[in-house]
Amino acid sequence: MLDSGAVTPLLEVKNLRTSFLTSGGVVRAVDGVSWDVRQGETVALVGESGCGKSVSALSIMRLVSLPAGRIEGGEILYKGRDLLKLSEAEMRDVRGREIAMVFQEPMTSLNPVLSVGRQLTEGLEIHLNMTPVQARARAVELLGMVGIADPERRLAQFPHHFSGGMRQRMMIAMALACNPSLILADEPTTALDVTIQAQILELMRDLAQRLGVAMLIITHNLGVVARYADRVNVMYAGRIIEQATAHELYANPRHPYTLGLLRSVPRLDEPRRARLDPIEGQPPDLTRLPPGCAFAPRCAYRTARCDEAPALATVGEAHRSACWEQARLGKRAAPEVVQ
Amino acid sequence: MSETILEVQHLVKHFPVGGGMFSRPDVVRAVDDVSFAIRRGETLGLVGESGCGKTTTGRCILHLERPTGGQILFEGVDLAALGERALRAMRRRVQVIFQDPYSSLNPRMTVGQILAEPLKVHGIVPDKTARAARVRELLTQVGLLPQHAKRYPHQLSGGQRQRVGIARALAMEPALIVCDEPVSALDVSIQAQIINLLEDLQNRLGLTYLFIAHDLSVVRHISGRVAVMYLGRIVEITDRRALYENPLHPYTQALLSAVPIPDPELEAQRTRTVLRGEVPSPLNPPGGCVFHPRCPIAVDRCSAEKPALREIRSGHWAACHLV
Repeated sequence: MLDSGAVTPLLEVKNLRTSFLTSGGVVRAVDGVSWDVRQGETVALVGESGCGKSVSALSIMRLVSLPAGRIEGGEILYKGRDLLKLSEAEMRDVRGREIAMVFQEPMTSLNPVLSVGRQLTEGLEIHLNMTPVQARARAVELLGMVGIADPERRLAQFPHHFSGGMRQRMMIAMALACNPSLILADEPTTALDVTIQAQILELMRDLAQRLGVAMLIITHNLGVVARYADRVNVMYAGRIIEQATAHELYANPRHPYTLGLLRSVPRLDEPRRARLDPIEGQPPDLTRLPPGCAFAPRCAYRTARCDEAPALATVGEAHRSACWEQARLGKRAAPEVVQ
Repeated sequence: MSETILEVQHLVKHFPVGGGMFSRPDVVRAVDDVSFAIRRGETLGLVGESGCGKTTTGRCILHLERPTGGQILFEGVDLAALGERALRAMRRRVQVIFQDPYSSLNPRMTVGQILAEPLKVHGIVPDKTARAARVRELLTQVGLLPQHAKRYPHQLSGGQRQRVGIARALAMEPALIVCDEPVSALDVSIQAQIINLLEDLQNRLGLTYLFIAHDLSVVRHISGRVAVMYLGRIVEITDRRALYENPLHPYTQALLSAVPIPDPELEAQRTRTVLRGEVPSPLNPPGGCVFHPRCPIAVDRCSAEKPALREIRSGHWAACHLV
């Protein structure tokens, strides 16, 4: 699945730039990022709050709110068509039908005054011209597919009758309703408890494999991605700073930020360390980014050259890093062991 | 070393919900017969999923909730039996760090005012100049700069705000700090900074922590002993090593197995116990063992009979019929 370089990707984002006008000045939330998702593949966009990962997804759906937010440039090629050039009416046919979204907070992204059944059938009737009877039958099928018991009865209920995990199952059912080719999942399990997280992630993976849907998972949790992503893009301050297959990224991180993220979390599979190794300093203020590499002020590998922004460059097979000093970051050193 | 600083005995906290003129209110059994002790200078981790009662337990210890039943002894004294004056003096010694550094700081006060207020109200540092000096000292202690005193909370990052929250707790010179999810609202790269700070302060000031969290990896890092809660009860409690290397309760085992590991190769080899179903409502908890509807190894006895928390090995307690 990973070496099919010749195959045209399902979604190709090229040099995307999205910015917001705030009281503090212009924020370049997404600043020239390029990445792609191939048919049936799961790709991750990883980074901390404010790195531009959610804005990337909203830009693809063209849901960046005007007038403060604007997609400034770049291309979003979906099945060869540039979504940024579509009319609003054409874009409505893409949303939900071709590309669907699953949000972090299922309670706020569901309509509290519409029944579960209506929220599922609405899209089916609009996008697929189903009759209410057909749509209802499909809704029952969808709820069953995502593991909600007694779907017939559930259709008449409202989101507040559902637990957090069930609401997220319902969001997934809604996303799958029109057989999309791509699902954008923005922190799909962050609001859920650990045991429910595991259920939802396993469900999403099984459904994606069975139905051949490609997925973009947006998350801040490198642990979540390890099990589910084929390829990973790490973002920092609006840019992609490292991109590789999941296998390669975890085995051989080549950007100090990725390395820092991996080293700073305590891990259950490793002996307990006496002290954690945090990334020092504060997250970047997007209105006041330093010239050059945005991570430089917090970076242990910084040199004079970092005043100039490094481009994303190939450092290995299907592995790119935006760091001048990437060669100094070999295989991950073993942490000191204290028990 | 083994002196007990806090003892919680058969703590019960029920919240009435609903109910009108003619109907009796239902009762949420948030905490249902919880007992544990914390030794001076140690960190006890309290883990569990949302709604398991871990935060309510913390709030009862802080005397922010009045327990429905049971006793909480701090340094041997029952807080519920104290008069208002004595309670206030006692309260200084038990402080809290909240999860959300955004909503737990007053947005209209500067950091300096936030830290000076309790010093003044409690009469700890009555002199104004001395108070300003103490504020500077507190800021330095938590890794901030004296000039941060002039800033407002919105001018700080999440990690800096949490440092202010920690400084505010330290201002009272407490013996025990209840840390309620102190890092879960922070970015990953900042979490480790705050955890290291909490550990440094503990070593330097001899603090005792009750560390309430849902993240099992963080709890392992910081705690000496760990209690696991499920639906208002403690299902397992023991020292860190025993809990993580040899968990006895099936719920603890499932929780540990659900934690993702940032390594695709290890993940591929791992078999996960994914629990069926969801946590039942504490309004109507299941009979027998509260975990039995989701338990992968439950037998008939589990739905009929409530398992007691028993000492299975020395210092290792679990509430399960099958261990």
